[in-house]
Amino acid sequence: MTVPHDLDRRFREAAAALRLVDASFDIVESPLGPLLVAVSDRGLAAVSYDPKPEAALERIARIAGPRVLRSPRAVEEARRELDEYFAGRRRVFDLALDLRGLASFTVSVLGELARVPYGTTTTYGALAARVGRPRSARAVGTVMNRNRLPIVLPCHRVVGSGGDLVGYAGGLERKVALLELEGVL
Amino acid sequence: MMQAVAIPPFERFYEQHRDEVLRLLRRRLGAARADDAFQETFLRALQAYPRLAHGEHLRAWVLTIARNVAVDALRRQRTDGGEPTEQAVEDRRPAYRELAGLTDGLPPKERAAVVLRYGYDLPYDQIAAALGSSEGAARQAASTGVRRLRRRITP
Repeated sequence: MTVPHDLDRRFREAAAALRLVDASFDIVESPLGPLLVAVSDRGLAAVSYDPKPEAALERIARIAGPRVLRSPRAVEEARRELDEYFAGRRRVFDLALDLRGLASFTVSVLGELARVPYGTTTTYGALAARVGRPRSARAVGTVMNRNRLPIVLPCHRVVGSGGDLVGYAGGLERKVALLELEGVL
Repeated sequence: MMQAVAIPPFERFYEQHRDEVLRLLRRRLGAARADDAFQETFLRALQAYPRLAHGEHLRAWVLTIARNVAVDALRRQRTDGGEPTEQAVEDRRPAYRELAGLTDGLPPKERAAVVLRYGYDLPYDQIAAALGSSEGAARQAASTGVRRLRRRITP
């Protein structure tokens, strides 16, 4: 015997409605494959290309607390904005972000990253200069690599100084796809 | 030094135990009333989850919550004038076998407290969460239960 779908859904909705969870997540289908999307009461907490939730859930629990529960309704707003983005109908995300636990350097780099406009690119060095650490291009690269909110915080718009794509935590083919979607490539 | 077992994300805990919890509740309350009790069990577990000290014995913990939810539901039914089902009355046996025989005949709350404290070595805040009572009441239930057992064992 397994728990009937309807009973399962009712529990998940009640838990979210009663605000008894630290974070909710669901799988959002996208042209780049399934995305695991998590939100806390502070905002978007994770976007993960890894469709196997195990490791992602542990990470989310470390950020928000152990009560991480799947709940389609709770991520509705994030799902809608991502859908619009992939359909080419959204250039800027209006989601609140949960940046708890990140070092201040990371937060300031991500803050600058958020201002890189849709359809443009910048370089690791330029971002480093914008946060007042012009020689920290490599550290900026590390921040990009560990970005827990890819797509929404557009680390795909950051390329090498020679214009080469360099790398992407979600795989270079996804970086290419995102830049093509935005009309850069 | 022994590492405490980490508390898993709630989703994993829920997926691991939901089927067994529902089976237990259906046995005790019948299919029709098990659904509400199921929801109540996991909502209580969610409420208590941040206070867990470690991730050990979570199965025993959630089954105890379920048993207490069932007891509450039956009590309500009795005061509503309904008859408890036969299955519901039998099998209030806690999971921990060694203590189960010894604690037979203790009132349900004392028995659960004794088994969780001395069978599973759970801290009182976790026992309180499982019983749906305060930490003081859980401590009280365990010590009353132990005194009762002592009187029974040593004539």
